[in-house]
Parts: sequence; structure tokens; C-alpha cells
Amino acid sequence: MEKGTMKKTKSKSRRVFLTGDGAIAEAMRQINPHVVAAYPITPSTQVVETFARFVADGLVDTEFVVTESEHSAMSACVGAAAGGGRVMTVTGSQGLAYMFEVLGVTSGLRLPMVMAIANRALNSPLNIHGDHSDTMAMRDMGWIHLYSENGQEAYDNTVQAFRIAENPNVRTPVLVAIDGFQTSHMVETLTVETDELVKKFIGKYIPSYPMIDIDNPVLYGAADRPDYYMEHKRNQLVGMINAPEVIQQVGKEYGDLTGRYYGLVEEYRMEDAEYAIVVMSATAGSVKDVIEQLREEGVAAGLLKIRAFRPFPADEVAKSLSRTKSVAVLDRCGTGGAQGGPLFLEVRTALYEEKSPPQVINYIFGLGGRDLPLRDIKDVYLRLREIARTGKRGKLVDFLNLRE
Amino acid sequence: MVSFKLKDIATREERFAQGHKMCPGCGVAITVRQIMASFEEPVVIANATGCLEICSGTFPHSSWKVPWIHSAFPNAASTIAGLESMYRAKLKRGEIHKERKIKFLAFGGDGGTYDIGFQALSGAAERGHNFVYVCLDNEGYMNTGGQRSSATPPGARTTTSEVGKVLQGKQQFRKDLTRIMAAHNIPYAAQAAPSKWLDLMKKAYRAFEVEGPAFINVLCNCPTGWHADPARGLEFVQRAVDSCFWPLYEVESGVVRITYKPRKKIPVVEWFKDQGRFKHLLRPENEELLESIQVEVDRIWNQLLKDAGEEM
Repeated sequence: MEKGTMKKTKSKSRRVFLTGDGAIAEAMRQINPHVVAAYPITPSTQVVETFARFVADGLVDTEFVVTESEHSAMSACVGAAAGGGRVMTVTGSQGLAYMFEVLGVTSGLRLPMVMAIANRALNSPLNIHGDHSDTMAMRDMGWIHLYSENGQEAYDNTVQAFRIAENPNVRTPVLVAIDGFQTSHMVETLTVETDELVKKFIGKYIPSYPMIDIDNPVLYGAADRPDYYMEHKRNQLVGMINAPEVIQQVGKEYGDLTGRYYGLVEEYRMEDAEYAIVVMSATAGSVKDVIEQLREEGVAAGLLKIRAFRPFPADEVAKSLSRTKSVAVLDRCGTGGAQGGPLFLEVRTALYEEKSPPQVINYIFGLGGRDLPLRDIKDVYLRLREIARTGKRGKLVDFLNLRE
Repeated sequence: MVSFKLKDIATREERFAQGHKMCPGCGVAITVRQIMASFEEPVVIANATGCLEICSGTFPHSSWKVPWIHSAFPNAASTIAGLESMYRAKLKRGEIHKERKIKFLAFGGDGGTYDIGFQALSGAAERGHNFVYVCLDNEGYMNTGGQRSSATPPGARTTTSEVGKVLQGKQQFRKDLTRIMAAHNIPYAAQAAPSKWLDLMKKAYRAFEVEGPAFINVLCNCPTGWHADPARGLEFVQRAVDSCFWPLYEVESGVVRITYKPRKKIPVVEWFKDQGRFKHLLRPENEELLESIQVEVDRIWNQLLKDAGEEM
């Protein structure tokens, strides 16, 4: 993140101690959606619980619908958004899996809404801890994906997500993900902007085709035969194609107001990096620490953090990594029989057209909350240096911190 | 009160317009017209996947003159719950004039209501959203070629409860969904049939009148799935009513009221005959099975009479 000049606002932002879940709930309070429909699931339960207190105290006038399942939560969000107002939900893991069929309805109907996710492993075996297998499993459901490194980013991304989703050129639902427990339950110091700033930033909701406007009846969710389905799916994609520009515009505008700028990716010490790690979410923080150590030891290590996984910022990734000698993509998700983890597949494809692409390897890490010690990250960089030195890539896909 | 004089009903604006692709004689289409003519307030509709949805909303055509949404198979109740919540949110914020009264209506077949959509319906009823849910029960998954549902009558032949050397159609009785919905202690639950159109329309009117969730379960003949003459569809529905296999009643604030009592209760075999799906039940070797179905129908009817405080 580049440092910007802080614009003066009427009242001051606050420094607060919050968990990642608390940070999202705080953003929700300020956004004050028309409808929040949700079903609690670990590790995002605190978002729903905190919001329930805001509702009970009258701090928001949201219609808070605590459904009997995530399937109904997302279905109620579809109905509410089609009604013509601001809508949000929260989930993760099994809850997200249970929503699956409705996720495609949301994006297919071009309903702007925001879903906060505390990433968590999928059954079986049952595991409540963090990994990305839940959101990766729905990566092609037509949602925009924003991943957050910490509570601050969770807060900032939640606020920006509404602007992105509601942009008339996008009109696509957005999910904001944080790592389960590492971020969702970690208390951090972060900056919360004033209610006025957030309200002004997101603006008044302007519905496109509200069903509640009964004088102008509209039909949502028609059946398509083969003669129309493809054209409609192509039209849907336009929102995704327009999204990168809007994500960057919104990130710049937010930065001008708060001093915290956002783009599609974040580059850390990449200007002269020879060896790079590509990763999303909380692990980026650990990688940054290791980079600082290695830099002192004279190793030119860098990090490319992906913020927007969908739409995938292929050009930015290629541009950033083409200067390096070797790259390790860290996937917090298994391969499922593919040639590597989902992030790896994207990164490797993005580099295909480069004249002299770096060697790219893939590591699967952190499944079901498995810790990733700093020494393992350091070993990755040392292996990258070895690959660059010898030209021998070795194993393409491997695991980190796995007992074998 | 809206007028139920035939002349007034006939001249009332059709909000479910002609040009839909439902089969000639379809009980669902008849029922939907009756429901839509039973109230005059503006309405927003959520429709579960099924015949009605496919036949009234295939792009670029629509039979609906009111706002209408289809999301998926199991979630008509949760979709309408979301819409109704958005309406309340907008009322609260003054984004809609407080005098602007809008009704919320969901349609689902027995598949989308008894089975895959049951959880969503139960949840929406428990949360007390102000909506009317109409189950268009044609006793099977008829949109997909006639598979069994938990509303399919015992012994009925469907493509997933076949008649063969060892099995004689559906092995189980049907789920009593109307009573289950009444057990949610919602303001209004009723069972109706399009053959008794005035009874059905009055129930629909009452369902829209009460504050909170209301449920109406309507038996609709299926021209294809029942393997019976479509021109006689409503006659078959009425036989189900007269055999007390499908009693017409309502439950309001816990009080059970039978709205139509057949002058002469006909044997259940009278309802089964002339329908291809029950043909095998009339064979002599299935006499025992038929008898056991009659016993169960009588037991449930007698229980209903008792609950309604009526003489057996």
C-alpha cells in the first residue's frame, strides 16, 4: 500500500481494538444495510452476534433476518436485493457450501450485495479452522472476491465492497474474506473511520429494478432456453470485465479519504525482488516479516499479495512477477486433483505469455488451521534462490509443514 | 371485502394473464387464477421452480402483470421472506409511503413445499413474515415427468414408485403438510381445492387479510401425471374431497373448522378409479392394500372431525 496524503475530515477517525469479526461488524453498523439475512457459523459467528447487539440497541434500523439455514439466508438476500435495497450476509465453510446453488442465482440476477466470509476448511474431516477451500470451491460462481490480510483490511474491504458491487457497470455481488481465527478472532489495533465518512463514501442506495416498485412490475429469474442462455451469461460477464477498473477507482478514492489505498494486488519489496511468494490473506503478514529478515541477509525476497482473486488480475500478476527469477505460490487449499492449487493455476497461466517467465512452484499450506512457521516461509525463499541458481525446479507441487 | 359475485370476479383485471404454457385443464393454472382474483391489493410474488414457473416465465415471455421472481427450487419461502423484509426496511426508513400496502405471495408445488422447500417454509413461518404461501399440490414432481413426492398418495404409480412384480406403487402414506403448518401456530392455515372455487377464494382472501404467515394447501389435478382425462380434472379433485382423502378445512388461531362436509362420503376407491396412476389398485390381488388405505383415510378424517368438534 502506498502512503497517501490524509485529507482532513470534519470529525476524526478512531483507533480501536477489534477482532476481524468485530471490524466487519463495525463496518456493517456504519453501512446500516436495509436487510441482513444470516445464519451463524464458526468462525464468523461474532459478526452476526455483534450485529445482533447493534440491532437490539437500535444502533441500526436494519431488518435483521436470522434464518434457519445458510441456504435460506442467501435466498432471503436474493429476495431482499431484488426488492431494491442494500443487503449483506456473513458465512463461511459448510455455510457457504450450503448456499452454493443460490450463489449463482445472485450473480446471475446481477444483484449487488456483500457477503463477509471467515474462511474455514470444509468437511470431511470436520474442522472449524482456517483455510481457503470454501471460497475456492465457489470461485467461478460469478462473485467478486476480495481477500483481507488483517482486521484493518477486513473493515476497509467491507466498506469498499458496497461501492464496487453497486457500481452500475459492475452490479455483481462481492465477497470479503478474512482468514478464520487468524484474522476473525485476532484482536488488532485498527482505524475506524467516522460514521459520516462511511455513509458519505457508500452514498445513497440507488436501486436498478426494484420489485417493491409495484407500479412498474419486473420479472426476475426467467427460464432461458438454449436460444438465450448463452447471451445472458455473456452479458453477466460484462460486470466482471468492468470490475477491475472500478475496484481500483474505489480503492483510490477510499485512499484519498483515509490514507489507506487499495488496488487489485499489493506488492511488497517487489521493486528489486528476485524471489517472490504469491499468497492471499493473513499469511501475507508472516511473509512480510520473513522478507525483512532475508533482506538483512542480502536475499532479494518479495511478496505479491492478491487482494482481488476474482476477477483475477492476470496483467498485474504477470507484470509484477516477470521481473523475478523464481516464484512460489502458496495455496491455502488442496489441489483436488488439478495440476496445483487454484491460486497457482491462475498465476502460472498469467505468466504463460511472458518471454522469459520465472520458474513457478506451488506449495499447499495451512489446511484446517495448520500453522505456517516463519522458518518454513524462509525455507521457501531459500529454495527459490536455489532454483534460480541451478535452474533445476524440482517438485512442482509440495506441502508445507506436513508430517509425512 | 372483495366481491365474490361471479360477474365481479369475471370482470376483475387478470394479473395472471393468458398466454402461459400450462396444459389445458391444469388444476394449477385454474387455482392460480382463483387465488389472484381473490384479493385486490398490490402483490409481489416468489415462485419456486416447477410447472408454474417454467410455463409463466420463460424468456422473453411472461404471464405476470405483477412483480415476480424465481430463484430456485427449494427457496420460494425464504425468497419472499427477503422481499417482505426489504419492504419493511423501506417502510421504516420512509422510502415507501406508509399507506402503500403490498402483499407477499409465494407459490410452490408439492416438491418445492412438502419436500425440498419445507425447511425454508418452516423457518419463514416461525419467523413470522407477513406472507401467504400457496402450495399447488399435484401429488408428485410433475414438471419433471411425474416422480413421487411426500404428497403422493399411497399406492400411486409414479416413475420413482413403480408398479412391478413385488411393489405396487408408492409404499407410504402422504405427509399431512396442512396440519404441520398449522402446528407452527401461524395465524392461518387451510386446505382447499379448485373444484370448490368459492371456498378456495374465501380462504385466499382470509389468508391475505391476517397479519403474519398464512398457508394454503391446494389439491391440483395434473393432466399428465395423473394419467386421467384432463377435461375431467376438477371432477377428480372433487372426488378426493368427497372421499375425505382431501378434506377442506381451515385452522385459525388453533381453531379447526371444516369448511365443506360431503353430504355422502364416497369410498376412496371412487377417487382412485379412472386415474391411470391408481389402475393397479383396482386389481383383485390389491384388495387388501386398498382396504388399508381406506382405513387410514378414515382414521385421519375422524381425527379431523374430532379436532373440529364435530360429530363422526
